[in-house]
Amino acid sequence: MSFDIPDDLYYTESHEWLAESDGTVRIGISDFAQDELGDIVFVELPAEGDDLDVGDAFATVESIKAVSDVYAPISGTVTAANDALLDAPEAINEDPYGDGWLLELDGDLTDDLLDADDYAAQIE
Amino acid sequence: MNYRQARWERETDDGETVAEPLLSEKGTETVTHEASSLPDDLTRDELTLPELSEPEVAGHYTRLSQMTYSIEHGPYPLGSCTMKYNPKFTEDVAAIDDGAIHPDRPDEFAQGTLELLYGLQAFLADVGGMDEVTLQPPAGAAGEFTGLQVAKAYHRANGEHEQRREVVVPASAHGTNFATAALAGYDVVEFPAGEDGRVNVEALEDAVGDATAALMLTNPNTIGLFERDIEEIADLVHDAGGLLYYDGANLNALLGRARPGDMGFDIMHYNVHKTFASPHGGGGPGAGPIGVVDDLAAFLPDPHVRETDDGEYELYEPENSFGKVHGFHGNWLVLLKTYAYISRLGDSGLKDTSAMAVLNANYLASQLDLEIPYGPFHHEFVASAGDTDAAEFAKGMLDEGVHPPTTKWPAIVDEALMTEPTEALSKDQLDLLADAFAAAGQKSDEELAAAPETTAAARIDQTSAARNPRLSWRDLEVADD
Repeated sequence: MSFDIPDDLYYTESHEWLAESDGTVRIGISDFAQDELGDIVFVELPAEGDDLDVGDAFATVESIKAVSDVYAPISGTVTAANDALLDAPEAINEDPYGDGWLLELDGDLTDDLLDADDYAAQIE
Repeated sequence: MNYRQARWERETDDGETVAEPLLSEKGTETVTHEASSLPDDLTRDELTLPELSEPEVAGHYTRLSQMTYSIEHGPYPLGSCTMKYNPKFTEDVAAIDDGAIHPDRPDEFAQGTLELLYGLQAFLADVGGMDEVTLQPPAGAAGEFTGLQVAKAYHRANGEHEQRREVVVPASAHGTNFATAALAGYDVVEFPAGEDGRVNVEALEDAVGDATAALMLTNPNTIGLFERDIEEIADLVHDAGGLLYYDGANLNALLGRARPGDMGFDIMHYNVHKTFASPHGGGGPGAGPIGVVDDLAAFLPDPHVRETDDGEYELYEPENSFGKVHGFHGNWLVLLKTYAYISRLGDSGLKDTSAMAVLNANYLASQLDLEIPYGPFHHEFVASAGDTDAAEFAKGMLDEGVHPPTTKWPAIVDEALMTEPTEALSKDQLDLLADAFAAAGQKSDEELAAAPETTAAARIDQTSAARNPRLSWRDLEVADD
């Protein structure tokens, strides 16, 4: 089975993706992660203005198989959370890199993030 | 076994075929009521309710019971849940007129109730090797929470509450342990099991220290193994100033043979729905008594039952009680069933219970052609479905007229089938269950994917159910609009 791993994103070993534009970093979970979890039925997100440190569990994603924490890959302040997921968590399954984004941070990318090739090698 | 579950279907006005319509779909009636002394904004004048004759209602629920599967139908070997058959006499006892007392009846007119509660406190204390037992907590999870509140009150009285912020839990523990610790305001410290499936004492040494409030443990553990190092574990926790908490989930394996109190546990809860034949959950009233050692007795919840000097019984507030978790006589009729069950079995019956529970699990395991990586086990075992998805394996068992075991937990065994037949099954039923395992094991992946074929409902759409829960018949009406 092959998973969608866009070249223009960064990734983490714990299956988050990151996209930077204009100083804002958007974060979600990868296609592989949503497939592993199965149908997602509930999402809990942080509030705007929350400060996150690297490694903080900032969101909870619940599927019919498991409840998983999502960890902050970088530090920063939450500038937006994708509240549409609260009513339509299936967006994470259907469009993990688009409508299924989780939150936006005011923060900087770090050197230890994986690129698409590294991440693809990890989930092989 | 040849098996086919009943399925009652009916065509709706829209031409759709539905299984046994809801009462509200069969008939409703609007009742009106205008005179009320309450403020208008708190009342309504009319209410629409399902309205059917008694035979229609009786038929409805009988058909539903035919379309589902319960312990009344046959084996129900959900591991760690201890789904034992509850003998009917306990229901008879709980239905006697004298049991129906008002919660606030004064003690002097509730002597019979209080005497039974006092007696049950003593029974349970004896079974667990504890010094004092409270019957107040209204469920097993509430018992866990109560236990940690007692621990917290104890540490607070010793001036160590600020320092002891952690509850240590093995990775394989029941989910409730983590939840209880978190709800009680503690940080949860998890430690991995050793290679033999038991507590790794060295890993525990790293996890326990000055910040430890308590270690929560069950014994036999989740994969049915006895924690042989329990005395060393108890010393380790006590030397660090922490308390040792026993999760009563697996007490059925020890009844009459070994006692948590003798192993060094300070606090324990009793899952009376698992061990002592009160009904399993479902939201109804339950009970989760806890036992404690002498040092902790003064912190138990209010009220507690004691015998006075002149042989009467009374409710009182323990000296340093942390407060209330329920009230009055607790869930008294549930406790009455527990009392009746223990009284009927007696010492020798309880001892037979644990023996049969262990024998049944070991006999069943001996009849299975599946790998069981950890042992020797007691009242339950965790088999592996191998290359087959455990949930699919379980679906395959449904067509054999049995309930499957717990699947995919604990994670220490791949594709886990956690099986606990309980003492209640006869050899014939155990053989039936073994046949069901064998039948599922012989099915191809395609056959498993098509299973179950003989049940009233096949694959439930769990995703829709979780995303769009309809918790009341009113939700259905709204959904139809």
